[in-house]
Amino acid sequence: MSKTRKVHKQSQTLEFFQRMTKAFSAKLGIILLALIVLVCLAGPFFSPYEVNGVDLANMYSGPSSQHLLGCDSMGRDLFTRLMYGGRYSLALGICASLFGAAVGVIIGSIGGYFGGMTETVIMRLMDVWSALPGTMLCILVSSAMGSGFFATVLALTVGGVPGTVRMIRGQILSERSREYIEAAQSINCSNLSIMFKHLLPNVIQPIIVTMTMGIGSCIIMAASLSYIGLGIQPPNPEWGAMLSEGRAYIRTYPHLILVPGIIIALAVFAINLMGDGVRDALDPKLRD
Amino acid sequence: MFRYIVKRILMMIVILWCAGVVIFTLTYLVPGDVASLMLGKEATVEVINQKRTVLGLDQPYLVQLGRYMYDTFIRLDFGDSWIFSSSVMAELAVRLPRTLLIGLSAMVLNVTIGTLLGIFAGTHEGKWQDSLVMIIAMVFISAPDFFVALLLILLFSLKLGWLPAYGIESMACYILPIISCALGGIAVNARQARSSMLEVIRADFVTTARAKGQKEKVITRKHMLPNAMMPIITGVGGGLAMVVAGSPVIESVFSIPGVGAYMLAGVNQHDYPVVRACVIFFALFCSVAILIMDLCYAFLDPRIKAQYSKGKKVK
Repeated sequence: MSKTRKVHKQSQTLEFFQRMTKAFSAKLGIILLALIVLVCLAGPFFSPYEVNGVDLANMYSGPSSQHLLGCDSMGRDLFTRLMYGGRYSLALGICASLFGAAVGVIIGSIGGYFGGMTETVIMRLMDVWSALPGTMLCILVSSAMGSGFFATVLALTVGGVPGTVRMIRGQILSERSREYIEAAQSINCSNLSIMFKHLLPNVIQPIIVTMTMGIGSCIIMAASLSYIGLGIQPPNPEWGAMLSEGRAYIRTYPHLILVPGIIIALAVFAINLMGDGVRDALDPKLRD
Repeated sequence: MFRYIVKRILMMIVILWCAGVVIFTLTYLVPGDVASLMLGKEATVEVINQKRTVLGLDQPYLVQLGRYMYDTFIRLDFGDSWIFSSSVMAELAVRLPRTLLIGLSAMVLNVTIGTLLGIFAGTHEGKWQDSLVMIIAMVFISAPDFFVALLLILLFSLKLGWLPAYGIESMACYILPIISCALGGIAVNARQARSSMLEVIRADFVTTARAKGQKEKVITRKHMLPNAMMPIITGVGGGLAMVVAGSPVIESVFSIPGVGAYMLAGVNQHDYPVVRACVIFFALFCSVAILIMDLCYAFLDPRIKAQYSKGKKVK
């Protein structure tokens, strides 16, 4: 075996992480989010309480050494429910955001790449789609599809698709006439492989940024849906559903709304800080 | 300019037509038989079938769709509510002012306070004032608006007893809903204003103004502000649409009988004429808001205005 000279090349991922964590706020966001995810994933294994374990002796009890964040109207341990609920809320946010981006990318790339009639039809469809306000569509789809996990993901996705499609199409339009696309076409590359192997990596950056930011707004939207009685339903411990359950006791036991509300805000805060970091790392031009 | 407006309005009508078809289909596809849901479990098959005939549910999809489109877009009649048998149009007319009052006032607060905060942060870039404003903005972007609303109720209604927590008896009832609607938007606008301010601060015309010895206050007011305002004004239409479309949640927190609460009640009771009317109304409202803002934008920004009056003499 011949000796190859080692070339020191930093991996792109590593460089991305270094750029992302340069700002203090992004670092804080990542640490906070990692902490929340870790507690939600691992915490329930260490909790002595069942997620729906009723304990009538401790109804409405405030924070104590036994129940760190107190108990709800049925004596269920709030901290345990928060950790289980976090799995729901975070998974909903991430899945909805990913799914929305995937649908948007596929439709947008087809529209942008093929152009002509295909593009016109897709863009007019998007006009109609975006004429219906996102929140309304979300409520309608959620009520039509029921309260399952996937139904809620779909409901959270529908509002954001037209925006992603427009963005991708715009990006692809500006890349379509570049030389490397012409080169790929001239060596008889298939449309599919040009679209996803050559074009997509060049237009993916803004999508990653919107997707990261989108996780936060999806979590808020999911919580709003549960709050108005759609989406994930009690007794499932989704954060918004917990808030909705606590609403009846706002006068007497405000910790029942404070605890889930603050954790939603904290999680979304962390995600948004991270999103700002991702944006700064991927595209210095977009920076404030 | 005139041709552009006519084109936009025609386009809007076509889009609303299509939106009508989409809404009808979505509500048509909801599982569950409305007639039996309305009459309860004890109703006999005959009664249920009779109800279906009355509501026109026994007709095929296309006939129902055709009748709906004809009623809504040609006769401009949203029909009667299935549950209350009252005219949806009349109900909307009563409820609309409440929703609009909240939406428009929240929007005014969004733009004024958001812009001022953004300019304040932008002109103090890198100092503690900047960081403080941006951290507060981030907190309010991250907190769900209904949670902020609940916190406000907790503080101002239950603890301090200054403002009513629900209802519409007096104008004071609207204060908390407006504030909780506005806080998120203020935060978004403050961030937007700050970043466009930072763009403008480094522009050549600002350097020129400084070089000729202009006062810093005048530079901020006359040179930076008009340019930094542009992205915010573009966002006003969409922002107003967002505030109004979010009304179901806020109205349900404060028990305000507005359009959003009406729609939500319709969704929960399978009262589809109400749902369809509300969504079409929201779609119309949003399209008109965005159209008006686009036109204002064209009038406000001399660069865009010049594009429209190409060929004519530009004064």
